[in-house]
Amino acid sequence: MSQLPPFTLHVSEDTESDNQELSPDNEGAMHTSFRELIQEQSSLAEAGTELELQERGRGHPAHLAPPDASASAWLEPGQGEQHPGDSTTLRILASMPSRTIGRSRGAIISQYYNRTERLRRRRSRPSLQQLSRTARPSLRQYDLESDPARATLEDKRSLLAKELLSLSPSRRSNMLLSLPLCLAEKRALRRELNEQRSPLGLRPHPTTAPSPCGWCKDYITLGCRHLWYRLLALLPAAQPWHYALKQIGGRFGSSVLSYFVFLKTLLMFNIFSLLILLVFVVALQAAYPPAKANQQPFTGFELLTGAGYFTHSLLYYGYYSNITLNDPSASSLSGSVAPSAPPRLPYNMPLAYLFTVGVSFFATCILLVYSMYRSFGESYRVGSSAGDLAIKVFCAWDFKVLQRRSVKLQCENICTQLKELLAERRSRSCPLSLWQRLGRVTVLLLAWILSLGTVLGCVVAVHYLLEHMHAVQQEHRALAGSSWQREGILLVLPLTVSLLNTLMPHLYNLLAICERQDSPAVEVYVAICRNLLLKMLVLGLLCYHWLSRRVVCSDEECWETCVGQDLYRFMVMDFVFTLLDTIFGELVFRLISEKRLKRKQRPEFDIARNVLELIYGQTLTWLGVLFAPLLPAVQVLKLLLLFYIKKTSLMQNCQAPSKPWQASRMSTVFITLLCFPSFLGAAVFVSYIIWSVKPSETCGPFQGLETIYKSVNVWAKLMEKSSPNITWLTWIHQYLLENTFFLFFMSGVLLAMTYCNIQVVRGQQRIICLLKEQIAKEGEDKIFLIQKLHAIYRQKEERA
Amino acid sequence: MGNKQTIFTPEQLDAYQDCTFFTRKEILRLFYRYRDLAPQLVPLNYTDKPDVTLPYELIGSMPELKDNPFRQRIAEVFSEDGDGNMTLDDFLDMFSVLSEMAPRDLKAYYAFKIYDFNNDDYICKSDLEKTVNKLTRNELTPEEVRLVCEKVIYEADLDNDGKLSLEDFQHMIIRAPDFLSTFHIRI
Repeated sequence: MSQLPPFTLHVSEDTESDNQELSPDNEGAMHTSFRELIQEQSSLAEAGTELELQERGRGHPAHLAPPDASASAWLEPGQGEQHPGDSTTLRILASMPSRTIGRSRGAIISQYYNRTERLRRRRSRPSLQQLSRTARPSLRQYDLESDPARATLEDKRSLLAKELLSLSPSRRSNMLLSLPLCLAEKRALRRELNEQRSPLGLRPHPTTAPSPCGWCKDYITLGCRHLWYRLLALLPAAQPWHYALKQIGGRFGSSVLSYFVFLKTLLMFNIFSLLILLVFVVALQAAYPPAKANQQPFTGFELLTGAGYFTHSLLYYGYYSNITLNDPSASSLSGSVAPSAPPRLPYNMPLAYLFTVGVSFFATCILLVYSMYRSFGESYRVGSSAGDLAIKVFCAWDFKVLQRRSVKLQCENICTQLKELLAERRSRSCPLSLWQRLGRVTVLLLAWILSLGTVLGCVVAVHYLLEHMHAVQQEHRALAGSSWQREGILLVLPLTVSLLNTLMPHLYNLLAICERQDSPAVEVYVAICRNLLLKMLVLGLLCYHWLSRRVVCSDEECWETCVGQDLYRFMVMDFVFTLLDTIFGELVFRLISEKRLKRKQRPEFDIARNVLELIYGQTLTWLGVLFAPLLPAVQVLKLLLLFYIKKTSLMQNCQAPSKPWQASRMSTVFITLLCFPSFLGAAVFVSYIIWSVKPSETCGPFQGLETIYKSVNVWAKLMEKSSPNITWLTWIHQYLLENTFFLFFMSGVLLAMTYCNIQVVRGQQRIICLLKEQIAKEGEDKIFLIQKLHAIYRQKEERA
Repeated sequence: MGNKQTIFTPEQLDAYQDCTFFTRKEILRLFYRYRDLAPQLVPLNYTDKPDVTLPYELIGSMPELKDNPFRQRIAEVFSEDGDGNMTLDDFLDMFSVLSEMAPRDLKAYYAFKIYDFNNDDYICKSDLEKTVNKLTRNELTPEEVRLVCEKVIYEADLDNDGKLSLEDFQHMIIRAPDFLSTFHIRI
């Protein structure tokens, strides 16, 4: 297992008397003796040798202190005279590689030399023998005598440079960046790398060269990175809201910041979809407007209802034509065309519409899955067990918090949390009595029944309201009432749904106060669950109504435009109610509590509720993209306004959250919620409409077709007729898209990959357990050897 | 912007860009921040590599560090002389490690050094006590502090030597997903 350092152990003949004391079964004695040894060392060191310690410590990254000299300087004055044997032991201990790491630059360099060597040789996952990210001699199969760390600093630097050169360029730059050396040292290393590289020219690796693909990929990666830096240098506002986010983080910490970062992420998603839709669909249709002119005048009310002037505009599905724009065959009707006119490129609008919507969904899906993968990678840890207190002490301090008041608040929070954790440890030993537990279970059950009941009640209420509004509208259409009344009817449903979405979370907060959960994380999850359930059920009900064409419409136009208008109204009402909630929930609350009640208590920024509102708004956008291609633009505007409004309200009215909040795990939860109920639901809805629902006959790009997807079939047949050589397209269409076997096959492959990954994670957990045991045993071995050394030297002394 | 500046040679800027996690623009911005601390001490021309060190008092008065209880340790860890007096290289290094892009292992290494108050490459009980007192501004009773330190060592010490070594610390940090977001200063 380990190669012992080759010093000789002169064991005397009569060791029988010692065997009882030194038995390795007597673990307790060994542990305590080792602790005593450490305490002895530290007390002697503190008492007599503080000065030496300070001198040595000051030199840590800058000066090279050879381990032997410093160790002896540290130990000799206090102990050399009393226990010469012990000082030798301690000198050996002090010069062990595990204790020299971080002490000197040379040690770091030699550690990284070994690491790069191993990095160069390994393929995918390191085998069990080659473990180490440590310098523990036993694990590293290390020999004290033939240690490369004994070389001089310059030799070590050139060795490391040589090893770095043998890596691929991107790995080399990553390695250089992640070395824990000071900047001056890194620059020296980089200079040496450049010097060593020039005699070799552009030849990458003299020794083991990876495949040419990998080499090309690395150069491409580096080239892209340089290009990206150049681009960032050109753009003036490359990092939008950088200062605003810094201000927010400085005053409120990472948890509130995570909401604003999530908002920024959503904004990026929407800008991306908007760009795609603008370029491929909207701009072209704007260049070739349809024949039917817009009859209605513009009144301001359209911004709220989305009907009226907006009905026959680029905003909705009904405006888009179902013909091929700019068709050369149609030019024969338009009279004489100058011979020098540019060639006319036909543009198939229905196909473009369908494919653009499909591509934007697909790209959003990929971006979402990638974000989820990255944030999961950061926050999910294999084999994590208890260790809260240690993590709290070392990771709870948020370095981003800058303001004095917030720093004070953070100190108080951490103090409270530590006290709570200590109390929890104490109370774990005395659990609740049977009656208390029963009482708690009853309270929880009641709370859940109440919340589920209210959710169902809201859903039923919305259902009956829908029916009622439908009936009222039929009446109004028959009676030809005033336009204000008609517009007003349109707004009732969105108003009610937004009102419910705003009021119910406050009710759930009250319920949570009554429940009094032990762990604040559980409280947050429960709140998110309830709110999510409400919003998703209501949205599901609305989708069902839209699909059954029972929409509350203003005019006799196609049902798709109606649905688009409905979604527009929902989005606008949602924004209005968020605004009202911010004003009443935060501003008025603060004014009341400060002026009337004379308390310093400001409202807290409720992160879970605000994030769920963002997710809800984004779901509405995704549901409506097919029916209103400019809906992402509305969402972009809404998010921009929301950022500034929320930031202002936060700065003026709110205080930092008092409960601990694991910002990174929450970000993962947010992205997961965005992906799973929200995006998946919207994708299923849109796919169902594309594949199975008959589009309207009189308007839109898919007039007259059986389903929207049939336009692809029409196009495929057209391609086949026009150029019979492209058989692969029809083959793909027939065997891959139409055939269900392919889909089953792909799902099977995905499931198999998921299963493999789960098994790998399980295997890693087992390896972690085994390694932990190994480490503990190494510690015991060390103690045993030290104990034996002690005993031998004591014997020698006694005899001398 | 990159072609008109005369503070650094292009090679220097390239070197900084390769050795830190900052782009050229950010490096220049950081240089101006460094200079703002003491305009009379820091020259505008670094092409001849002047030897300028700003004392700890100026570094500790930066708004990003002013109220941080660990500011002295941060400055000491990243400074060349170990006293907190920083050159431009140390300044860039510090904010590079504390930036968003630095990997977890690098941050864990420096965090360990910051919490190691007596610079003996171990976080022992006294270091822990100092850390807890700084975190809570001495609000906890000595008994509670002692309990906390004991439990922390019990939880994190893998090889049972009564102190936390760098490996123990890194192993614990791996289990803390929040570390990357809290050990981060935005500049």
